[in-house]
This record gives sequence, C-alpha cells and structure tokens, in this order.
Amino acid sequence: MAASRQFSVQVEVLLRDGIADPQGATIERALPALGLGGVTAVRAGKSFRFDLAASDESDALAQATVVADRLLANPVIEESQVTVRPVTRAR
Amino acid sequence: MAPRVGVVLFPGTNCEHDAVQAVERLGGSADLIWHGATTAAGYDALILPGGFAHGDYLRPGAIARFSPVMDTVAAFAHDGGPVVGICNGFQVLTEAGLLPGALQKNRGLRFLCTTATLRVEQDDTALTAGVPVGTELAIPINHFEGNYTCDAATLAQLRDEGRIVLRYVDNPNGSVDDIAGVCNAGRNVVGLMPHPERASDPLLGSEDGVVLLDALLRTAGAAASAA
Repeated sequence: MAASRQFSVQVEVLLRDGIADPQGATIERALPALGLGGVTAVRAGKSFRFDLAASDESDALAQATVVADRLLANPVIEESQVTVRPVTRAR
Repeated sequence: MAPRVGVVLFPGTNCEHDAVQAVERLGGSADLIWHGATTAAGYDALILPGGFAHGDYLRPGAIARFSPVMDTVAAFAHDGGPVVGICNGFQVLTEAGLLPGALQKNRGLRFLCTTATLRVEQDDTALTAGVPVGTELAIPINHFEGNYTCDAATLAQLRDEGRIVLRYVDNPNGSVDDIAGVCNAGRNVVGLMPHPERASDPLLGSEDGVVLLDALLRTAGAAASAA
C-alpha cells in the first residue's frame, strides 16, 4: 500500500449562478445601515474544512471532490470549490 | 384487507403520528418504520412524513439520504410501490434522487405557517388517482425550505410528461411554475410540501387532505391486490 499522507481540505459551497440567493440579498440590503452602500453581489454560502489521508495530492483532490459533490453540495442548486494542501507537520 | 402503510421515522421526524392517525382514520393501517430498517416487506405504501430528519443539518434531507431505510425506500419505489414524501419527506426524496429538483429557501426568507390553496394538476399519480384535475384544496404548509427549484430542462420535462402533480393557486414561497408537488416518471413516487395529514379531520379546520390520502390508500389497495 502506498504511504498515506495527510491533507487539509477546504470546500466552499455557493448557490449556482441563476439560483436566487435570498440570504445574500438580505445581507446586501442590511449593509447601507453600516454606511456601506457600495457593497454589491453579496452571496451567502458554506465553508467546510477537514483532514484527509491520501497517497498524493491528486488522490486527495479526487476524494475531497467526492465528498463535496456527493454530500456537501446539492448539485441541483449548488456548486463547490475544493482546495487541498498537504499538512505540514511541526518537527 | 385494509391497506398497510409504513411511515418512515428518522431521528428528528415530527409528523409521523399525524400521518399514522390520518391513515387509520381513513380505514388504513399504519406502522412506524425506523430509519435503520432494511425491509419494507408487507407494506402497500410508504409515507416519508414531515419534520427535521437528522436535524436538517447540512441541508434538509442531505443526511437522511444515507439512512439505511433509504435503500429500502428506493427498492420499494423501483418495484412500483406508492411512496409519498410530505414536506421534509419531499426534501428527503429529492436529495435521494427519487424525485427531481431541490427545495431551496423560501422567497423573501420567510418561514411559512399558513394554509395554501392547491390545484390538482394530474389525476393518475399515487396521491391523486381519481381526483379530478382542477380540484382546489385548502391544505396547511409549514416550511422554510419549500421553494421548488430545478433547471429549465428538468422543468420542461416535468411539464411535457405531466409530472407537476399540484400547484399553488397563490404561490407562497417562490417555487418555480407554482409547483407544490411533483412525481417520478412511474407516477408512484410523489412529493409535496403541503401537509394533507393536517387537513384530515374537521377539528383541524379542513378535511381537504382526505381526498389525497384516500387516493393514496386506493392506490395502495390496488397495489396490494395486484401483488
């Protein structure tokens, strides 16, 4: 078996373009109360972080993508962006 | 023999007894099926009732899809057995891929707890068999994520195949094409956001849900005698 390494994964889930985002719209409407009327295109989403054992970075990305596509995001209305980086151990 | 209905109970489901009581009041028999169950043998229909399965964590239905019972529900549906998902049960069926589309947060971010008027659009599904198209029903809704969403191709397919089962007369939540309920291609799996079991007794203010639940029991009875 290939030596497994630890990877740190971040998955960001946002609603697809064209899907109404009532949370983002509500946040945007609240901002003028802060005196910040210039903020636009607010979108609300979710962020997930987890660690993963994989043989290499492409294996880690493949596994993390399964997690993102099959569980964390509903592809009917959401899209996900997966970022993988090796965990650097303190020596 | 009275049609036997299995009412699926996930951790966090909270409308299971309402469903059981409504079925029994209409002459059916009903049992709760725990979400860890791996068989639905002996049942003529399954109901996935409302509530907050697995706390609605992540998304409504997202975790429930992985409950062991869902393989059983899928096999039952695949064999043509009548399956109805009410509210959270509808969300579970979409997450499980047994029905198309998804339920997104309501337009305007409003939690809705009111009575909606529905129009029956199809008279040949597990939940509407024999109910005249155009029948209007006053049935409670109670949801935050009931805004039915699907892509344009799916919507066109649902329209072409007559799979939009129920529409809101006055769209409360932003659902595309006023959709309150849809069915699968086999017409034996139906999901709807409104709660017919909460409109099944005069004490509840409306009995309009009875025509839907009666239709389900008739479908279940027919499935039972054909088996």
